[in-house]
Amino acid sequence: MLTLGIESSCDETGIALYDSEAGLLAHHIHSQIAMHAEYGGVVPELASRDHIRRVLPLTRQCLKEAGKTLADLDAIAYTEGPGLAGALLVGASVAQALGFALDKPVIAVHHLEGHLLSPMLANPAPAFPFVALLVSGGHSQLMAVEGVGQYRMLGETLDDAAGEAFDKTAKLLGLGYPGGPALSKLADKGDAKRFTLPRPMLHSGDLDFSFAGLKTAVLTLANKQAPLDDATRADICAAFQAAMVEVLVSKCQKALKETGMDQLVVAGGVGANRQLRAALDQSAKRRHFKVYYPPLDLCTDNGAMIAFAGSLRLTQAQAAGGYTVRPRWDLATLPAIA
Amino acid sequence: MKLLALDTSTDHLSLSLILDDQQIDRAWQVGQQHSELTLPYLRQLLADCQLSLSQLDGIAVGIGPGSFTGLRIGCGIVQGLAFGIDRPVVGINTLAALATATTGPRAFVAMDARMSQVYYAAFERDANGVPHEVIPTGLANPEQVLLPENQDWHGIGNGFAAYGPALQQRLGTQLASITPDRLPLACDIARLARHEFAAGRAVAADALELLYVRDKVAQKTHERAKA
Repeated sequence: MLTLGIESSCDETGIALYDSEAGLLAHHIHSQIAMHAEYGGVVPELASRDHIRRVLPLTRQCLKEAGKTLADLDAIAYTEGPGLAGALLVGASVAQALGFALDKPVIAVHHLEGHLLSPMLANPAPAFPFVALLVSGGHSQLMAVEGVGQYRMLGETLDDAAGEAFDKTAKLLGLGYPGGPALSKLADKGDAKRFTLPRPMLHSGDLDFSFAGLKTAVLTLANKQAPLDDATRADICAAFQAAMVEVLVSKCQKALKETGMDQLVVAGGVGANRQLRAALDQSAKRRHFKVYYPPLDLCTDNGAMIAFAGSLRLTQAQAAGGYTVRPRWDLATLPAIA
Repeated sequence: MKLLALDTSTDHLSLSLILDDQQIDRAWQVGQQHSELTLPYLRQLLADCQLSLSQLDGIAVGIGPGSFTGLRIGCGIVQGLAFGIDRPVVGINTLAALATATTGPRAFVAMDARMSQVYYAAFERDANGVPHEVIPTGLANPEQVLLPENQDWHGIGNGFAAYGPALQQRLGTQLASITPDRLPLACDIARLARHEFAAGRAVAADALELLYVRDKVAQKTHERAKA
């Protein structure tokens, strides 16, 4: 069964074709990062304006690359939420109308379910059940995953998302927007031991996170060290990253222990962070659990995860028709698929 | 020629089918429920006319100015439909669509753009009734709209409902009549689109571009710093 996936929830237009037998046939992403950079953050109206210009060209490109035509499609999956309402409406409108025109069913996918299941597109792939750490610019959660649609929230951030903390910290260190990746790069050159930053909620006894305080601690430290030379800036980045990684790894270990599970799945943009991966791999070896990541190019928002999640929910596909989007949508309310 | 036209640029949803020498028009006030209602109402209209989507030669849509979100729902739906049945599309300026609803040949169109501004343009209609812009589509405070030459302009659009006195004062004796309560509708778009299709100006669904007019929607970092 061939599923077209359309993702347009934030600042990336992602389109993909997933075949339930042959796997991922094609996927393309258009990132708007450069466009929003001048504004210091995502401008929702501009995001929507860009999405609507990208969906069809990317879809054509995917079909061509996969050697398929629209007639080969069995279903069309799109991100229904959570995300920016106007941006979501673009993907939803094209998907529903395409389904209407082709008389093919459509599947409304939860963006986070897409991320959560994306490590199953890697080889080797995890099998249920597993603990999932979802860390991106918009989300930071730990979940127990028993099957498709069987998600139990173990803990989440009380303030900033992990990726948001990376970006905000980068901004206050003068690394531009979105500076998360630049911060990580600089951190690799720095000395993580020169400064010690707090590990927020490391011993809170639960699986929640909090990153806003860490960001404030960086601000205080940066002010104290001002003016920052390159080496000091790199050392602060390294200290920040070390604190983030230690908290994330520690909470993952605790989640595995509490659930009795022995597989950890990491998804979301921060899941591409090299230090985090290295620390988790090391912990996995020591504590005898297995850790899985999505392919690197599927860590950020993409259409492949939507096509894939959609293909796992084919039984829920519906005839195209009226639709709404869900800017806020609790993952725990999704129906389970047997 | 068989054409579908669609408009979602206002709080109305309108559909129109041109079936050779027949035209079937529908319009509903839907508030912000365009995404919920457009495809179901289209399904009903096609069923009523015993027509399948694939029998269409093309699809037309109002490309703005109008509600940003409404425009994108309409554009996204038309793109999906046209791509799905592999037919070309035509985008019609919503102000031009409104210009066809005036009685005389000269139309001064003003739509409420919120923020104390109007989207506006002036059109002269040719012998076929096709409007041609003489004041290009723009955005201005009602007191500052550019004035066309000559007299006998027919004012139309909800800009005249929102900023009637200001526009009337600005246009003065050039204004011959006012229709403040007419919205751009698919029936207008369909008629104009027929000319566009006949003139060979239809494009692939990918090439459909919306006409937002209000392009400054956020401040850049350096602009905020200056402010």
